[in-house]
Amino acid sequence: MQPRKQTPRLVRARVREHKALRGDYRFLALEFQAIGSLAQPGQFVHLRAPQLAARVLRRPFSIYSAKGNRLGILYKTVGQGTRALAEVAVGERVDVMGPLGRGFPTDRTGIVPVLVAGGYGVAPLSFLAGRLRVRGVVFVGGASARDVVLCVEDFRKLGWEVRTATEDGSRGIKGLITAPLDAWARKNRSQPLEFFACGPDGLLEAVGRLAAKGRWKAWLSLDKHMGCGLGACLACVQKVRDASGKETWARVCRDGPVFEAAEIVW
Amino acid sequence: MAGATPRMAVEIAGIRMRNPVMVASGTFGYGVEFADVLDLGRLGAIVVKGIRIEPWAGNRAPRMVETPCGLVNAIGLQNPGAEGFIRDYLPFLRTQGVPVIVNVWGRTIEEYKRVATRFDGVEGVSGLELNISCPNIKEGGIAFGTDPKMAGRVIAAARKVTKLPLIPKLSPNAPDIARMARAAEDSGADAISLINTIPAMVINVETRRPELANVVGGLSGPAIHPVAVRLVWEAARAVKIPVIGMGGIAEARDAIELMIAGASAVAVGTANFTNPHTAPRVIDGIKDYLLRHRMRGVKQLVGSLGR
Ligand SMILES: Cc1cc2nc3c(=O)[nH]c(=O)nc-3n(C[C@H](O)[C@H](O)[C@H](O)COP(=O)(O)OP(=O)(O)OC[C@H]3O[C@@H](n4cnc5c(N)ncnc54)[C@H](O)[C@@H]3O)c2cc1C
Ligand SMILES: Cc1cc2nc3c(=O)[nH]c(=O)nc-3n(C[C@H](O)[C@H](O)[C@H](O)COP(=O)(O)O)c2cc1C
Ligand code: FES
Repeated sequence: MQPRKQTPRLVRARVREHKALRGDYRFLALEFQAIGSLAQPGQFVHLRAPQLAARVLRRPFSIYSAKGNRLGILYKTVGQGTRALAEVAVGERVDVMGPLGRGFPTDRTGIVPVLVAGGYGVAPLSFLAGRLRVRGVVFVGGASARDVVLCVEDFRKLGWEVRTATEDGSRGIKGLITAPLDAWARKNRSQPLEFFACGPDGLLEAVGRLAAKGRWKAWLSLDKHMGCGLGACLACVQKVRDASGKETWARVCRDGPVFEAAEIVW
Repeated sequence: MAGATPRMAVEIAGIRMRNPVMVASGTFGYGVEFADVLDLGRLGAIVVKGIRIEPWAGNRAPRMVETPCGLVNAIGLQNPGAEGFIRDYLPFLRTQGVPVIVNVWGRTIEEYKRVATRFDGVEGVSGLELNISCPNIKEGGIAFGTDPKMAGRVIAAARKVTKLPLIPKLSPNAPDIARMARAAEDSGADAISLINTIPAMVINVETRRPELANVVGGLSGPAIHPVAVRLVWEAARAVKIPVIGMGGIAEARDAIELMIAGASAVAVGTANFTNPHTAPRVIDGIKDYLLRHRMRGVKQLVGSLGR
């Protein structure tokens, strides 16, 4: 194993913008030298909020936007770390390491891209939507309207068709996003579809199954609890099949977080 | 304050280090993973993730859970085996200008013997840390760590097959750490290191299920630091060979505390996750401390506990 060519950085980044969005979601913008040319959609940063002194681990967040020297993160407050992060004020500094991991392929052509997002999975997919060479359809699912409206306008502005579903029926179709997705894929069976998904394991597994049925490719971004974020501690492992068909562990933080569905052993 | 630059270099078990701050096994991979964000040449030594003679798959996931001031891990010693390590990782490490200590383990005395034999004379390996204390494998690992007689047999067996410096890593679970330390010294150890993680468990109360797939794991981080200080102090008083202290070092003061308790060198573990730059910060902090206290070098600090 050799060090990577494009190395991540560890910096104390100044907070440029920090605001509440709908529901429990927040947007954080950090000053990060040249992030626009460094970051690939699907990569993440490993972040430490200064207020979190009694905790030893950083927190991983997908890169939501990267332009010039501006790094954007879209996050949901769910526990101690994200609640501490919510207290960080504009002008303060946050300890951030990245960009990390292997993201989505962005150079695909001759395909109809289908983006599938669950919850905060919209964050990396919104970044991807602006970087892919072709446009297609986005399926966004969540518990309620508050979870799915986040990036809908972003996607539309970038020229994507958006379809939504909520479990409580407060927006779009009622139920899981996989139902309208399956129906749509059946109708477009003869198209050269390619899936890009980020969300809970159940959603990713379903997208993988759907892709396998149509012999399409599906790029799935996995979510695992992390230690180092660098590939050293082996906390974040996922069972995968290697090129020779043998089952091994892959490190989501370094070999992923994006994997082609056929590699993954659920 | 004026004064000569304090002497940071140390020699532990014949291994020359430019400073007494190493990185602990399992928290720094095989070095290359951290090379992205850290100049490895600044470290005193690198102790690599535990290696067995044959590859080992480790435990199922989840393997790690954060706790107040620490974490509990049950990685289960996943590793590419001695050949895999020598082929895929050692060539890079050899170019870094930093001593490499290979942490090794086995399920039986025979396996310890085989892995120690394999590394004898391998270029780029400065020493072997014998992990006789990992709580994460069920096949007897812990028995070696808690029974001085068993530990002595493992160490003596490795001693016979390698000229490399041998550093048994002791378990905080040993009922009498002084006896364990003496058993290691008497069996041919060149130094000892401690502490490994403390057996622990975390339950998700919402689901009423264990957080780790392995159910139990090992606690590390600042939460265990005072335990490490006590054990290092007791072990260092019991033996003449050097002690490498670790357990919950997050900043220079924690490392200094272990050295005052008797550690000749220290290792940063979990704090590498919190901030990969912890080890260089600890190095700088020790130097500042020596200057501030007008000490000539780290040697003056080791075992300097007053009463
Ligand atoms: C590659 C990747 C990208 C992510 N991108 C985003 C994003 O763009 N927006 C967003 O809101 N969230 C994202 N997450 C999830 C985010 O990391 C967690 O919500 C966050 O770590 C929770 O921290 P906490 O202290 O608030 O929660 P706690 O529950 O208090 O955290 C306890 C521990 O569990 C870990 N943890 C808890 N939930 C998760 C989770 N879902 N995934 C990984 N670790 C977890 C924490 O890191 C911490 O170590 C991503 C996770 C991964 C792995
Ligand atoms: C994720 C993880 C993996 C570890 N793996 C090993 C190992 O393979 N061999 C070993 O001897 N110790 C291992 N340890 C123990 C550390 O080397 C160290 O002894 C312990 O964590 C205490 O130091 P700390 O509190 O600074 O982390 C591991 C610790 C952690 C957190
Ligand atoms: S988080 Fe440490 S290897 Fe992935």
